[in-house]
Amino acid sequence: MKIKNKILILVTLLVLWLLLYLNLSAIADFLVNSILGLDRNTHLTDAIWFFVFEVPKVLLLLTLIVFGVGIVRSYFSPERTRKMLGGKKLFTGNVSASLLGIVTPFCSCSAIPLFLGFVESGVPLGVTFSFLIAAPMINEVALVLLFGLFGWKTALLYMSTGLLIAMLSGYIIGRLKLEKYVESWVYEVKAGRLEIAEEKVSFADRINSGIDAVKEIVAKVWIYVVIGIAVGAGIHGYVPENFMASLMGKSAWWSVPIAVILGVPMYSNAAGIIPIVQALLEKGASLGTVLAFMMSVIGLSLPETIILKKVLKIQLIGIFIGVVGLGIIIVGYLFNFIFG
Amino acid sequence: MNIIKVYGSGCANCKRLEVMCTEVIKENNFDAAIEKVTDLQAIMKTGILSTPGLEINGKMISSGKLPTKSTLVHWIQDNIQ
Repeated sequence: MKIKNKILILVTLLVLWLLLYLNLSAIADFLVNSILGLDRNTHLTDAIWFFVFEVPKVLLLLTLIVFGVGIVRSYFSPERTRKMLGGKKLFTGNVSASLLGIVTPFCSCSAIPLFLGFVESGVPLGVTFSFLIAAPMINEVALVLLFGLFGWKTALLYMSTGLLIAMLSGYIIGRLKLEKYVESWVYEVKAGRLEIAEEKVSFADRINSGIDAVKEIVAKVWIYVVIGIAVGAGIHGYVPENFMASLMGKSAWWSVPIAVILGVPMYSNAAGIIPIVQALLEKGASLGTVLAFMMSVIGLSLPETIILKKVLKIQLIGIFIGVVGLGIIIVGYLFNFIFG
Repeated sequence: MNIIKVYGSGCANCKRLEVMCTEVIKENNFDAAIEKVTDLQAIMKTGILSTPGLEINGKMISSGKLPTKSTLVHWIQDNIQ
């Protein structure tokens, strides 16, 4: 009975969502023209309309996707992922680890216990790295924002190149046989075999985890969305169109590696970086350069690598940053080349 | 005396869980002490893969999750003497 009610409410909400989403343009028109009484075709009206239209659009998308991801993630746990990756060979292992990196709930503060747990239970080092690269780099919030602001092509490219970098970097690290650069105590830890009694998870519980995810993530990132769009709307007409072109445009070949190097010490969550991405793109920076910058900020963060120092020797950390950085640089050039 | 252990090397959720446990114990007058375990090797020995881990009287209740307060009250209630 309870679950039936829940599904009924969900379906109603979904219909409302759809109605709202499809009529956003009309609603924005109504607000800007009728209520605010602004007349179209001025810079200011344009900027306001953009803001009034984009903010609800992105927030609606965010809510739906985060809810969906929350439900999908309730089917995966780090423990289960580890089980699936145990005994996998290189390559097929790298592919599954990268894919599982997207759907397994992961917080970078758990990187160490996760790393130890994977390696200790026999998941190959390269496969573990594929997971550790994909999990933070391919982020559902970033995906939604890219989709909402720049269209599905950009979003798809971000996801597929992120996956590719995770797969290849992990594969290369695996091939290089770097186990000797893992701190020796790691292999001596006898991790306990833990069985947390898997509670029976009903579908109602999964819906709840979706709702929890929305509460947690949307509450945390809505402000970045609003800022990002405000920045985008604000500079719409007021900053010269090609302001960034000479610095981060396609013709500046050195911009991609510089963007990656600048991105490493910067640390931000995926949502926080979007306003910057928005502003840079708007003003003539090229997509490849901006994407490289964004991936470097999210995927290669100095604080996180310093945490890894507890379990990895400095050489392996260096190789890790080098391989992933190189991958991101290649992607940057590729994008600049394709979307030139 | 009941022992509640929170495992975690210092992430935001770990601190939050510790604070929640303290609040729940106080508000419900549970007879329990909280121990924070930050040592990596000790965390590994339990076998959990994600933090925070919550252990009550030697039994691991959850890992990698920040429960709601009402869930936490139930977990503690059900597992202490």
